[in-house]
Amino acid sequence: MTAPFSNSQVLTPADFALITQGADVHGLSRPSQSYWQDAWARLKKNRRAIVSLWLIVGLLAFALLGPLLWQIDPARQDIDQISQAPGAERSASIVAPYEFWGGEALSGFDNGTGLRLGAQANSQAVRLLWEAAPDADGFRLYRNIFPVDGGLAFGLPIAEFPNSLAGFYEDRLDLRPDTYFYSLVTLDAQGALTTEYQTLEVPVHRVITVDEVRTRALVSAAAELAVGNEVFLALHPLGTDYLGRDMLSRLMAGARVSLFIGIVAPFLFVLLGVAYGATAGFLGGRVDQLMMRFADFVVALPFLLFMILFQVVFGIGPGESGIVPMLVALVVLSWPSTARLVRGQILQIRQEAYISASRLLGARSSYLVWRHMIPNTMGVILVTLTFAVPSAIFTEAFLSFIGMGVAPPTASWGSMSNEGLATMLTHPHELIFPALLISITVLAFNLLGDGLRDALDARMRSFE
Amino acid sequence: MVTVRRRDAAPEPPWVHGVSPAVPPAQISVIEAVFREILRNNTMWQYTLKRLIQGITTVWFIATATFLAMHNVPGDPLSAERGTSEAIRANLAARYGLDKPLAEQYFIYLGNFVKGDFGISFTQQNRQVNDIIREHFPVSATLGVLAVIFAALGGVLWGALTALYRNRLPDTIIMFMVILGISVPSFVFAALGQLTLVNLNALFGISLLPVAGWGTVSHMLLPALVLGMGTMAYLTRLMRSSMLEIIHSDYVRTAKAKGLPAARIFSRHQLRNAILPVITVLGPAIAAITTGGFVVELVFAIPGLGRYFVQAVQQLDYTVIMGTTVFYGAFLVFMVIVVDLLYGWIDPRVRLQ
Repeated sequence: MTAPFSNSQVLTPADFALITQGADVHGLSRPSQSYWQDAWARLKKNRRAIVSLWLIVGLLAFALLGPLLWQIDPARQDIDQISQAPGAERSASIVAPYEFWGGEALSGFDNGTGLRLGAQANSQAVRLLWEAAPDADGFRLYRNIFPVDGGLAFGLPIAEFPNSLAGFYEDRLDLRPDTYFYSLVTLDAQGALTTEYQTLEVPVHRVITVDEVRTRALVSAAAELAVGNEVFLALHPLGTDYLGRDMLSRLMAGARVSLFIGIVAPFLFVLLGVAYGATAGFLGGRVDQLMMRFADFVVALPFLLFMILFQVVFGIGPGESGIVPMLVALVVLSWPSTARLVRGQILQIRQEAYISASRLLGARSSYLVWRHMIPNTMGVILVTLTFAVPSAIFTEAFLSFIGMGVAPPTASWGSMSNEGLATMLTHPHELIFPALLISITVLAFNLLGDGLRDALDARMRSFE
Repeated sequence: MVTVRRRDAAPEPPWVHGVSPAVPPAQISVIEAVFREILRNNTMWQYTLKRLIQGITTVWFIATATFLAMHNVPGDPLSAERGTSEAIRANLAARYGLDKPLAEQYFIYLGNFVKGDFGISFTQQNRQVNDIIREHFPVSATLGVLAVIFAALGGVLWGALTALYRNRLPDTIIMFMVILGISVPSFVFAALGQLTLVNLNALFGISLLPVAGWGTVSHMLLPALVLGMGTMAYLTRLMRSSMLEIIHSDYVRTAKAKGLPAARIFSRHQLRNAILPVITVLGPAIAAITTGGFVVELVFAIPGLGRYFVQAVQQLDYTVIMGTTVFYGAFLVFMVIVVDLLYGWIDPRVRLQ
């Protein structure tokens, strides 16, 4: 008969001898790890969570250390560079101060037909000339930043001429170093547009006068300046916004607002929620019922509506940023979810045998709460805290976006997004940078929260 | 024709009292079914009544909180009219009942509220708050319902797909989108959506969908999608984890073992059970979507109640603010109750508890 097991071996009485005499019976084969060490080891294995952690560290450095390195007032306006995209040309040539122009073509510009330049076009003035059109009844001059396409979009009407004689026009309206498309459209007797038009593409160069260079301190006071010299305007690595304010310093200031609200508000309301929930859960009975009913009421308040209402109630005085009212409103409205969670945990822990044991050994209530109940809910609380951060940042961004958050000129990513939205087509960087930062921050906290949840609490672990 | 009663027919359960013969389930609406369930079942009755009373107290709490909040706002609604003499101010205060003591104002306000009268707007002459709500709420509600439908359908579909293709390419792609959906604020989605639409419209030379405004179904699609995006991402995650839990359950293994086709296991066993957690969060999701709608309403220039609320807050229009808040609060509270009752109807296990 063959052996029933393929790996069977002949057992001898020696195999059944006691081995308890060995020295290492009670030795631990692996190092002992506390709950937190174990959780940290598990978190370290989660690459997404660790990358997120570093991202958050980076964002905090951006908010706190950034302003030390890039010391530009986020509220200061650089009126030479408005809505400037990052990496835009900063050079400007020095010209003589503006002088009146009577319509005479300068040398080099004195021949040509149709709509043409009368002088070198620069950001001081664009000077246009044109000939008479005998069969027309007038002209209207338009300016566009996009090419005139099929005669449909001429852009901004800047001047109208009631006769069709040869004429000139000097455009000094808010000129930027860009390419402009001027269109001269002939009008009929009723002053309506005809289909006849001529278009001129004008590249505009940035110029600056000596006085302007001096007042803006662009060069050292000792430097010699002459017409024709090149100077460089102030550097804005991420461009400027619609008021000429430096985007980088505004993003840093906004980061401080967003991260302050995003971290402090959850911390405060989680603290409040833990205290409330632990009290209710520990006391139990009628007090618990009453306390939780009140929490239910607060949960039922329409959140964003009441956030706005509270903002109004606390009021933002002149010169205040509106951060504190938002913080208070967030805390007042957000604590019940933590309270509910902690109460549930406490009720569960109250039934555990180690609580009864501790009580039998004479532990007082405060000892039970502080030594047993709170530490055992710590994991859940930490996870709640991490997930509360992105939602607080979102709330701040939403409120600032609709103009109910921080008061201008305080920068916040939400209010910057709102301002950038208006010029999304022409200056996308004003929307993209703050929106990207909000998204990255929220993403990092969400991924870290996922990682923490998986590391800290096996019961809450999701099926991934 | 004689109906033959089968001998082994189960006796009627003892808790059924005086019920009309059962109508085939296909012929009754969901709401009717819930009501039938409520009438048939004694505990369901009690539960419904309890929830309704709770709901009414909650609405009372919301109304009181709003009243107290509004009466602590610095400044008063009459201060908007500059340069009015004391006599005119007193007259105005008397007209709006602002000269009465706070307690009296509170009871008048509660009384009117019970009658369904939210008063007259402060900033718009002779315009009833009720009219404002009646005019603008349907817009917000339409947008919200459409967004919830988008979110729920999308969430269930994507969630089920990710679970079926777990750790494979479709799962990775969808979960990446989900993380984006959770992390990107809706106003950014709105802006990106508009931008894409503008470029698409320019590319094809026709207007595929309007970029902003309100009126036709085509106006609603993009805002509703944007509004539902965050919730859709959240529901996808929820659906995925609940689906994965069910894939490992005993009854699915049994169904597989007895040779059911995969499609039938999916539709009858997995999907039906996995949807339950999605339904529980649908109540709060509706709440979040309807009150969160004003950001989207602002970006897309939709004349909804949310946008009106922001405007009223900026103008300190007391009655409109209070009316809108209480109305929204009541709406949300009863939405959650309805969803909870629906849940009891869908999942018999909940009824037993």
